[in-house]
Amino acid sequence: MAVTDSLSRAATVLATVLLLSFGSVAASHIEVCTSRFWFNYRHVANTLSVYRSVKRLGIPDSHIVLMLADDMACNPRNPKPATVFSHKNMELNVYGDDVEVDYRSYEVTVENFLRVLTGRIPPSTPRSKRLLSDDRSNILIYMTGHGGNGFLKFQDSEEITNIELADAFEQMWQKRRYNELLFIIDTCQGASMYERFYSPNIMALASSQVGEDSLSHQPDPAIGVHLMDRYTFYVLEFLEEINPASQTNMNDLFQVCPKSLCVSTPGHRTDLFQRDPKNVLITDFFGSVRKVEITTETIKLQQDSEIMESSYKEDQMDEKLMEPLKYAEQLPVAQIIHQKPKLKDWHPPGGFILGLWALIIMVFFKTYGIKHMKFIF
Amino acid sequence: MAAAGAAATHLEVARGKRAALFFAAVAIVLGLPLWWKTTETYRASLPYSQISGLNALQLRLMVPVTVVFTRESVPLDDQEKLPFTVVHEREIPLKYKMKIKCRFQKAYRRALDHEEEALSSGSVQEAMLDEPQEQAEGSLTVYVISEHSSLLPQDMMSYIGPKRTAVVRGIMHREAFNIIGRRIVQVAQAMSLTEDVLAAALADHLPEDKWSAEKRRPLKSSLGYEITFSLLNPDPKSHDVYWDIEGAVRRYVQPFLNALGAAGNFSVDSQILYYAMLGVNPRFDSASSSYYLDMHSLPHVINPVESRLGSSAASLYPVLNFLLYVPELAHSPLYIQDKDGAPVATNAFHSPRWGGIMVYNVDSKTYNASVLPVRVEVDMVRVMEVFLAQLRLLFGIAQPQLPPKCLLSGPTSEGLMTWELDRLLWARSVENLATATTTLTSLAQLLGKISNIVIKDDVASEVYKAVAAVQKSAEELASGHLASAFVASQEAVTSSELAFFDPSLLHLLYFPDDQKFAIYIPLFLPMAVPILLSLVKIFLETRKSWRKPEKTD
Repeated sequence: MAVTDSLSRAATVLATVLLLSFGSVAASHIEVCTSRFWFNYRHVANTLSVYRSVKRLGIPDSHIVLMLADDMACNPRNPKPATVFSHKNMELNVYGDDVEVDYRSYEVTVENFLRVLTGRIPPSTPRSKRLLSDDRSNILIYMTGHGGNGFLKFQDSEEITNIELADAFEQMWQKRRYNELLFIIDTCQGASMYERFYSPNIMALASSQVGEDSLSHQPDPAIGVHLMDRYTFYVLEFLEEINPASQTNMNDLFQVCPKSLCVSTPGHRTDLFQRDPKNVLITDFFGSVRKVEITTETIKLQQDSEIMESSYKEDQMDEKLMEPLKYAEQLPVAQIIHQKPKLKDWHPPGGFILGLWALIIMVFFKTYGIKHMKFIF
Repeated sequence: MAAAGAAATHLEVARGKRAALFFAAVAIVLGLPLWWKTTETYRASLPYSQISGLNALQLRLMVPVTVVFTRESVPLDDQEKLPFTVVHEREIPLKYKMKIKCRFQKAYRRALDHEEEALSSGSVQEAMLDEPQEQAEGSLTVYVISEHSSLLPQDMMSYIGPKRTAVVRGIMHREAFNIIGRRIVQVAQAMSLTEDVLAAALADHLPEDKWSAEKRRPLKSSLGYEITFSLLNPDPKSHDVYWDIEGAVRRYVQPFLNALGAAGNFSVDSQILYYAMLGVNPRFDSASSSYYLDMHSLPHVINPVESRLGSSAASLYPVLNFLLYVPELAHSPLYIQDKDGAPVATNAFHSPRWGGIMVYNVDSKTYNASVLPVRVEVDMVRVMEVFLAQLRLLFGIAQPQLPPKCLLSGPTSEGLMTWELDRLLWARSVENLATATTTLTSLAQLLGKISNIVIKDDVASEVYKAVAAVQKSAEELASGHLASAFVASQEAVTSSELAFFDPSLLHLLYFPDDQKFAIYIPLFLPMAVPILLSLVKIFLETRKSWRKPEKTD
């Protein structure tokens, strides 16, 4: 039943994207959820769980671009508002109070996603909505939602094709916006999305091969929807054991979620990647460790004479003796608080209402007969 | 009548044939080209040939050096030959596609009277102070004094001054000019361009195996920088910290930034953060009864604190954060240990391209017999010495490799020597030119690979501007005008980045083939089928009519 449910949901396509970028000096992440509507709760939960793991491993929000296509936590159908659970029995609330969503709701479009990737953003965009990566950043891109053979659906209204994605990565490569890129996708037929990549230093993982569907993990009877997808669930179990100093490598990540657990066959692509996957640490992409050097030199500065210092202090004290600053009157708060409620003038009911009620009463008495009038008057 | 009828139908048939042919002709001759023209992506013309020419650009970096000979510095007959010019040029061996040649143009001349006077004063520092003229960026002046002059200490052969001047000992020898020439080139190289300066500038464009700690440190070239000083006080209950940051910035930081002014726009802010902890727990060392952070835990300190710094709200320029951390009473005093376990003298560390952190320990004497919180006045001189040193390292202004037996002048009041600024400008100019060239070449390559990108007119004009600026910068570098070359290189980078990252370049014009067919077939097929069928019919009939005369013949 779970299988058929998710199959039918596979027909509607919503994508959640999570973009994260990491680097040997700085890492960045982009995480995108492209799915809309309440029954695609699990895509938002997928994205938020990956977001949480990544923050736990030390990536700051300034390096994460999180795009969620719909608001599940405050959805009117959510029986537990302000929460998004990723495990049944509501064990883990991945929404928390430090989630910073950069692109939300209708801002998650193919165009915005490609703009973030290629950097062709209007100049007024704030820093938190940009991918600030350079040629030494490792980038992790996590996408989830509904997909098909060669495309991923955004918001149930548009698609991104694998060719557009490959071209976007090529543009990133030409401008050296990444050092290495890890692309993880959890959708149906996810392997089709990485078939067309042609830029160097890209490693890709997908939850299912072409022709297979990715399935969801478990429904929650209290919330009424499926909470997570299988592949992401097992990836997260794997990530829970990673700490910033661990030495696990990519080959272990490829073994996550075999066919017996996932029903679909996860795939990966490493031919474009220069290093051997067994030498690539998980923390290269999922953790962020800055290079640090001890400062051993100082420069010699001349102490200014005491006179200048004391005169400066005098200036400061003079300032303190000035009048305290006041704000101008902005709102007549006192007046507003103590206002009496305004008496509205009474107007007789409008013609339409009168007519409507006349019609209703006429029909009533026509149907049931005039003798019922005596029960009213 | 039947004949007339037959003739009439024959006429009609002929007219019909002509009409069909005319339709087909209009459709093919006019329609097809019109459709092709209107559906192609608009591309304003770009100077592709010039862009590919940029890759083979030969950069010649010229350093104009004025060499002033005093009396008795060289033999008399050599002195007769003055003034003349000697050029020393060599190619910098870097594995980069642009060839870079370094050219020292030495103009030899005799010393003027006032220079002779200045150079006969007691110490070399005084002599340097008497120099009146301000020199253009990138140029150097070297004074050659006599071999036995007491201006320099006895064992020193040369001296590098703070303001683009240097002093070198002469020699009384037949080959005086050659020997002195080599010494001068060594000194001039230390003050302007060496291979490691250029390698650091091009570090992002060179193959990876050339990286080292030195080369990974400098900030990328940018139009401006934002410098933020933050005071972190995790324990306001115990420490009431007061730091005179405005005064310190005015007295120490601003002169330094003014001296660096040619390299970009700088803006400075400061903030105080309370209850901001370091993400790492320090360990207790019972031997010195103090707490310490060892080198391995330092990288994990930055990320937790960075989110609270608010640097993302500051500006679009790269941000440099300098943090002063006053450890809480429970963890005082706190020292940073290097890899040998010894406490670091400066108690500070920095991270390339990010900033620096210094730990300021409160003097234990202030706790005696005081009520908490104790008032802590931060010694801004000590703090700024460390921060400015870190700032220098982050910018890549490092101690140059001095030639043997060379005396380096003491520090200046601003903390920056003018020729250090020159070295930075040389490195930045080369880096900017490399970046601009790479951007333009990538844009040309992209346009070749992805056929759906639209190039509007303003993007094309930015590309033209960028190409012109690169060429101008290369010319200025070859003629030794460093300041204008740097400005031109900045313009080149700005224009090329504007062109590459223009939002209009984002192509959403990719259509899979089946969608293209789906759009065009309902439009073209109903029109094309009758035309084609009538053409086929006409052709078959014409062939039949050709064959018929043969038959009757």
